[in-house]
Amino acid sequence: MIEIQHINKSFGDRQILFDINAKFEKGKVNLIIGQSGQGKSVLTKCIVGLHEPDSGSVIFDERNFTNMDRTERKDLRKEIGMLFQASALFDSMNVEQNVMFPMTMFGNQTKKEMLNRVNFCLERVNLEGKNDLLPAELSGGMKKRVAIARAIALNPRYLFCDEPNSGLDPQTSIVIDNLIREITYESNITTVVITHDMNSVIEIGDNIIFIHEGKKWWEGDRKSIITTENKEIIDFVYASEFMKEIKASMQNS
Amino acid sequence: MNVISNIGKYFQMLWVVFSKPEKIKIFRTRLFDEIQSIGINSIPIVALLSTFMGGVIALQTASNMTSPLLPEYTIGYITRSSTILEFSPTIISLILAGKIGSNIASEIGTMRVTEQIDALEIMGVNSLSFLVLPKIMAAVLFFPFMLIMSIGLSLIGGWLSLVFADLSSTETYIFGLRSFYKDGDIVYALVKSVVFAFVIVSVSSFYGYYTKGGALDVGKSSTQAVVNSSVVILICNFFLTQMILL
Repeated sequence: MIEIQHINKSFGDRQILFDINAKFEKGKVNLIIGQSGQGKSVLTKCIVGLHEPDSGSVIFDERNFTNMDRTERKDLRKEIGMLFQASALFDSMNVEQNVMFPMTMFGNQTKKEMLNRVNFCLERVNLEGKNDLLPAELSGGMKKRVAIARAIALNPRYLFCDEPNSGLDPQTSIVIDNLIREITYESNITTVVITHDMNSVIEIGDNIIFIHEGKKWWEGDRKSIITTENKEIIDFVYASEFMKEIKASMQNS
Repeated sequence: MNVISNIGKYFQMLWVVFSKPEKIKIFRTRLFDEIQSIGINSIPIVALLSTFMGGVIALQTASNMTSPLLPEYTIGYITRSSTILEFSPTIISLILAGKIGSNIASEIGTMRVTEQIDALEIMGVNSLSFLVLPKIMAAVLFFPFMLIMSIGLSLIGGWLSLVFADLSSTETYIFGLRSFYKDGDIVYALVKSVVFAFVIVSVSSFYGYYTKGGALDVGKSSTQAVVNSSVVILICNFFLTQMILL
């Protein structure tokens, strides 16, 4: 479980996050949702230590990440897998080298064991046999899947996904969502997904946190988000005219 | 104020760069890759420039030898001195600052804007040490070899130009090259090459690593890397000359 307590973050005079508290439970897909520019990515970067919060604590299974020194953080980070918005695959390495990279850096396995693990991870994301392709030769969806394979290579306890569906077509988005959900349930890990894709919210959101104007505005699950009367949530979920019509027809019926 | 802040940030970066590599085996592999990329791939341009540079120095010296009181071997002597003291270490480094510096800044800058550096940090990898240390070591180890090669080719270039233009004989040119020779000149040139190698790679890595924004900013970082490493090379050149030669 990951717990964040009283997180505040500013850049210069501009405060981005205001006293955010939340719990992300193990074995569940936890979603951080909200409109663009509301502080979702900043919050995630504060959780994983890419930004230092001005105040507050981030606790990974009773280990206070905020108080750790560089070496302790480095050790904890080996338990974190992260899928970046732009996939962040290493351009100079092929698929196999990308997935093997965390193992070569931190693992003590033999080359054969590492290769077996790479093949297992690639099979898990339905990319078996694509070992020799370079990132430039992959489609957007394949890049995301390779990034997921790399993220799970070291059997992480925590998985972070920053807008995993950005730039993908709806069908590929569903494939990625399902993959994230299956991996979370299978490995019983704590998964945090940052998204503003409503399909993902409905599909995989076990626990949802809505960030608005840098504050935690609402918390619930995928069923309650449909029925909530919170104005900002309604504006977010039913943003298009089409969705508004659906909501109106639901209410009429 | 910004300059002072950048200097402070640069030294902070160096502090992190020189921490122990994660795995020596990986560091070694990356070191050889960087020797290939920074050193061996630069040999053709250094060879070409050095040969023509030596030729031009010899021809210009010969064309200015109007006084009959100056012995002919002066051409070889001046060609050797200019090449060893200034042209091979400094001019070649300035040219490599353009080639290697822009390459390093754009490579690391692109990794920054495409979140590849964030990915390394999340994995628990010391990204500065992983990316920058092998480049610095490769340059510092390989630049002296390039310097020696450059001096050799420059002197050959001078000899060829004089012989083909019939301005001096081989014997006189070689006599000039060997006249008033001091071992200290070579040491001075080697020290300069090591310092300049360090400057080119570290300054360029600094601008690449702290790139913010997108593709346009990567281009700006690349330009800043070349300009600033060239300026730092010239400043270091002045102080090294003061310290070693005088």
